[in-house]
Amino acid sequence: MTGVEGYMYPNEIRLYWSILIVLYPYITGLVAGAFILASLERIFRVEAVKPTYRLAMLTALAFLIVAPLPLLFHLGHPERCYEMYFTPHDTSAMAMFGYIYLWYLMAVLLFEIWLDYRREIVLWSQQTTGIKRLIYRILTLGSSNISEGSLRVDEKAGWIVTLVGIPSAVLLHGYVGFIFGSLKANPWWSSPLMPVVFIFSAMVSGIAAVMLLYMALTKMRGQKIDMLCLDTVAKYMFYIFVIDFTLEMLDLVHRIYLADESFRTLDFLVHTKLYFSQIVLQIWLGTVLPLVLLFLVQIVKMPEIARKRIYAFCGALILISVFAMRWNVVIGGQLFSKSFLGYTTYKMALATHEGLLVAIGLILLPLFFLWVLLKLLPPWPEKSAHPALAD
Amino acid sequence: MSVLKDAGHLFRFVGIFVVLFLIFLVVRGFVVPKTFGEYGHYRAAAIGEIAANPLHFAGHQACAECHADIVATKAAGAHAHVNCEACHGPLEGHVENPAAVVPVLPNTATLCVRCHEASAARPKGFPQVVAAEHANGVACETCHNPHSPAIGSGSNAGGAQ
Repeated sequence: MTGVEGYMYPNEIRLYWSILIVLYPYITGLVAGAFILASLERIFRVEAVKPTYRLAMLTALAFLIVAPLPLLFHLGHPERCYEMYFTPHDTSAMAMFGYIYLWYLMAVLLFEIWLDYRREIVLWSQQTTGIKRLIYRILTLGSSNISEGSLRVDEKAGWIVTLVGIPSAVLLHGYVGFIFGSLKANPWWSSPLMPVVFIFSAMVSGIAAVMLLYMALTKMRGQKIDMLCLDTVAKYMFYIFVIDFTLEMLDLVHRIYLADESFRTLDFLVHTKLYFSQIVLQIWLGTVLPLVLLFLVQIVKMPEIARKRIYAFCGALILISVFAMRWNVVIGGQLFSKSFLGYTTYKMALATHEGLLVAIGLILLPLFFLWVLLKLLPPWPEKSAHPALAD
Repeated sequence: MSVLKDAGHLFRFVGIFVVLFLIFLVVRGFVVPKTFGEYGHYRAAAIGEIAANPLHFAGHQACAECHADIVATKAAGAHAHVNCEACHGPLEGHVENPAAVVPVLPNTATLCVRCHEASAARPKGFPQVVAAEHANGVACETCHNPHSPAIGSGSNAGGAQ
């Protein structure tokens, strides 16, 4: 059999979890990370990151809409997916996740975005025309009350929703790590640290994505980047990245020290089939290099342009690194045999329902949704749908 | 009173939740089979439907009623726990009508290697051979009686009957 070395059990030769299962935790991670960045302003009162607040919420929503699609493309019978909602089994983590997803979408993200935009939505519904007016009128839910009192209620309700949203975001992404971490048959995955590592890497990737989007969109709009905001976002990204790296290294050191019966097999895997994606891409290029650069920014006084370039470079590296991490977990965990005597190979398809083209489409789709959301709900005060609303 | 008035729009949002939840319950009432969950996390009516499927396998006891001698030979050999239909295939039709449905004799050259071809995955004590070297194309039953495969045990190579 091509691509198989040593001894594999027959059911291990073909990888069942493909690139789409790599994409799925990556996308949900971006959602959770973007939401955590938004909560910095709302809950922790980090005023400096305010310019990214609405963008972060819309980014989280755009990616959340796409999050279940990789799973649906992966399924043999996606048309049966509703059965998970109608007849969920209480011992199935995946069934419970369906409800967490809906809760997070409806009760957290949509509710919070609606509360935050309500004042503008009411005004836009009165000042725009045509199809836009109809959309805004539907979004007002028939209430045009934007009195001082009602906006105060919105503010309080929004605060509570964000407070509830933080554990929900952690649950949303912690679940993904939980699914892998609780697979006791697979030593590459089975670790109680897995959900925690997933959450922290999610936060880093989400913050990096929103930071890059903020930089790119501000540049495209011909506006000046708020450097205090960018520096603060980068600082939080750096801090969380340090925690994430520490946790991943803790997991690694623990595995090396424990050196159980799977260790030689996994060690061989990391030094051969996963060498480029794990050692080169994830650890050196994607983690150590951005950590060193972000650390330098913290201690060395640099001109604005240098900081911007470093942030953009590090943001891109972090996004690649977190994707590599998901790849190494999902694909890496299926490359070796439970017999610890053999290895298989993942050959990615190109134009099948689980192939590379679908994966590229699914990673671009959230950007399209984000574009629509930005048109409908502009997050910039000076570019409101109606100029009179500019703060 | 004014607080309630100022929070009125929140009730509208919550109202959408309630409406969607009610729609969910109604659709669930139609979509989920009536017998689901009667005995466990499955559709209870499926048991009756499966039981109504036509039988294919007759079972070991049915063979013994007519072929007691072969069953006795088999019971004394290494294949005592291999069910007749594991090699001969489903025979309910033969039991129902022995004259009209006559089972085809299995080809031992291809049948035996399914279990006895050497493989690292099989337990060490399990009899296994590299068929190409061991038999060189000669059918297994030339030397082994499939019903009692050890050479010299019971009647010699008798072929699958």
